[in-house]
Amino acid sequence: MTGVEARLRSYGLGALLALGLLLLAFLYPQYVESLGDLPLVGDYIPSLSSMVIMLIVTAMALGLNIVVGYAGLLDLGYVAFYAAGAYAAAWFASQQFEQWTFHFGSVGISKELPGIHLSIWLVLIIAGVFTALAGILIGLPTLRLRGDYLAIVTLGFGEIVPQVVRNGDNVFGFDLTHGTFGITPIDSPGFGSVGDSLGLPLSYQQSFEREQWFYWTALALLLVTVFCSRRLRDSRLGRAWIAIREDETAAAAMGVPLMRTKTWSYAIGAFFGGVAGAFYASFRSGAFPADFYFNFSIFLLCMVILGGMGSIWGVILGGMILGYLNVAGLATIGSKVQSGTGWDWFEPTKFQFGIYGIIIVLMMLLRPEGLIPERRHKRELELGVADTPLYDVTHEGADTDREPRND
Amino acid sequence: MAAAGVTTTLDRLRRSGFVALLGFALLGFVGIWLVVNLVKTPTEFVNIALIGLTYGAIYGLVALGYTLVYGILQLINFAHGDVFALSGLVSFTTIVSVLGLDRDASVLAIVGGMVATLLVIMAIFAVVNATIELVAYRRLRRSPRLAVLITAVGMSFIIQNISLATYGVNFRSIPSFVPRSEVIGIGDVTYSWNKLAVLLITIPVLVLLTWFVRETKQGKAMRAVAQDTEASAMMGINVNRTISVTFAIAGALAGAAAIVYLLQFNIRYDTGFELGLIAFTAAVVGGIGNLSGAVLGALVIGFVQAFNEGLTWYTPGSDWTRSIVFGILIVILVFRPEGLLGERTPEGA
Repeated sequence: MTGVEARLRSYGLGALLALGLLLLAFLYPQYVESLGDLPLVGDYIPSLSSMVIMLIVTAMALGLNIVVGYAGLLDLGYVAFYAAGAYAAAWFASQQFEQWTFHFGSVGISKELPGIHLSIWLVLIIAGVFTALAGILIGLPTLRLRGDYLAIVTLGFGEIVPQVVRNGDNVFGFDLTHGTFGITPIDSPGFGSVGDSLGLPLSYQQSFEREQWFYWTALALLLVTVFCSRRLRDSRLGRAWIAIREDETAAAAMGVPLMRTKTWSYAIGAFFGGVAGAFYASFRSGAFPADFYFNFSIFLLCMVILGGMGSIWGVILGGMILGYLNVAGLATIGSKVQSGTGWDWFEPTKFQFGIYGIIIVLMMLLRPEGLIPERRHKRELELGVADTPLYDVTHEGADTDREPRND
Repeated sequence: MAAAGVTTTLDRLRRSGFVALLGFALLGFVGIWLVVNLVKTPTEFVNIALIGLTYGAIYGLVALGYTLVYGILQLINFAHGDVFALSGLVSFTTIVSVLGLDRDASVLAIVGGMVATLLVIMAIFAVVNATIELVAYRRLRRSPRLAVLITAVGMSFIIQNISLATYGVNFRSIPSFVPRSEVIGIGDVTYSWNKLAVLLITIPVLVLLTWFVRETKQGKAMRAVAQDTEASAMMGINVNRTISVTFAIAGALAGAAAIVYLLQFNIRYDTGFELGLIAFTAAVVGGIGNLSGAVLGALVIGFVQAFNEGLTWYTPGSDWTRSIVFGILIVILVFRPEGLLGERTPEGA
């Protein structure tokens, strides 16, 4: 008992805050409606289904954070992993492959329905593993490249994957992705008849409290991602990632296997993107190629930058803020301002990526460590890194013998 | 120890041999495919190659902007493509609204108006691009390179949205003043005036650029800074001004490319994103940082695109253009990161 107490005390205020937030988040479905009735702010409260999307994109941002924040590899094509996860869900839990009929733990649908229908819980894992394999496949040839070359190659993959998906309705006569129509409907998560007898929903989509169950599951998904991110960061692998981020040459000299460590970061980052993507596909009951565009990668990157690269709390904050703005906030603010002032030109949703661009540039110029900075990364930014330095204009002398900056 | 060294060397040889074999096999297939297409449909083949030349000229102008900036700052200036699109939209306004040129105008008015627009747009966007550097990138000289790269992505979105806010989502095009009638026609092979106009603008710009970089003092300074920033600073070169000049030239090239593009195609706020990526690929294929490499790479990519979209015998078609171009980018970066003409850089190794 004393051990637990001591640990709690050592975590201190942070743990208390986290528990409080968690409790508030868990009870959100209970009080969201009364929040909506509040004067002034009521209209800005995100609905439950908006919250589901916000939680899912935050989980994806945490996955991206492993690649960008921990290992320092700029990935501009993370949307490829989202697509891989969504399509894995579509292949294993829909009527896409009508030529085969296979059911395993499917809920809420007739057992005679053609196609492969696995339990969504299983599909989430399969999608994660599939996406991780895709990450390794993309990583193996490209991770030898450093920095900006890697960024452009990942961007290339991020552009190729959606095109393959769009054109994949006739792969030598085989309909793999159903082209521009996307694959829909995708089966719903649920607990089947066993869960039904325990008071859990048989199938989420058919449940009366559909959104509430999706919300809790998304919250659980996010919590698992946060837990894994934390444990990974403090693990041997995580420390190797951070060593690579801070100084690749020094890390290699200390015996960190560069390729293997980087590939792991790709695989694990991809895993979380795939799981979240599969869950999102199940929530929306479809995987549509129009969702997988470059801007989405930047949207996730912006969350990581806004919150603070490498900082879990920061990415959660950044993800929730931008997720909210994207799903509901900008539209609400736009219509409020329009009706309040009559400014028809005020359309923040149309220019949302311009807004994200401004956020990115301002953060980089003014607060590159993010809203809630990670301690180590902040020091790195303050002291500079042993990356190939650009010419230093503000200080005289060569960069190699520079002093730590004090401003 | 020696034995281990020998085995790794052997291993590397064998591996590179295999990779080279794979590469030659691939090139061989492409060669056979081209020859079969040439034999089957010779007229179309030549016509399509001429289209490829036009694409290549446009990509070349944009690719030079990427390669100049990369050479000097090792920065992929993501915003470059969007500067291109914005300059295209502004030139549309200049030609159609300000000068009021249309198809009935006299030849002298059209030529004079186009040249005037070209000069004005090149000047304006030289200033715009240098300003972007001043506002967004200069303050990050000390930061990790990732930070500058991310800022460039952010700038790209900002400029794209400026275009969107000013011009909306519609495509804009100028009236086709340049006749599509043929300059030279041999049988069914035709080379039209509007294609020639592209080269008539591109080639002088390239000659001017080469002269500038090779012969002038400022050009020499650019090359020196690209080679070694610190040493050139010690030799008394004003590094900041040189970087500004480089960005200005890149902006001017983007402006020229946009006018050339307008002669052939229509343009809208997001045209620059994809075209920028293709042009960047061209710069990498040729060897980033290398000026003639950028032009060569652009021609290669231009031909690839034209052949892929135009030929008929076993051709993937325009649905796959983007995948093919990025596939080439990935293959080049993985197997020959220094590009066709470039030198091996530490980054690519």
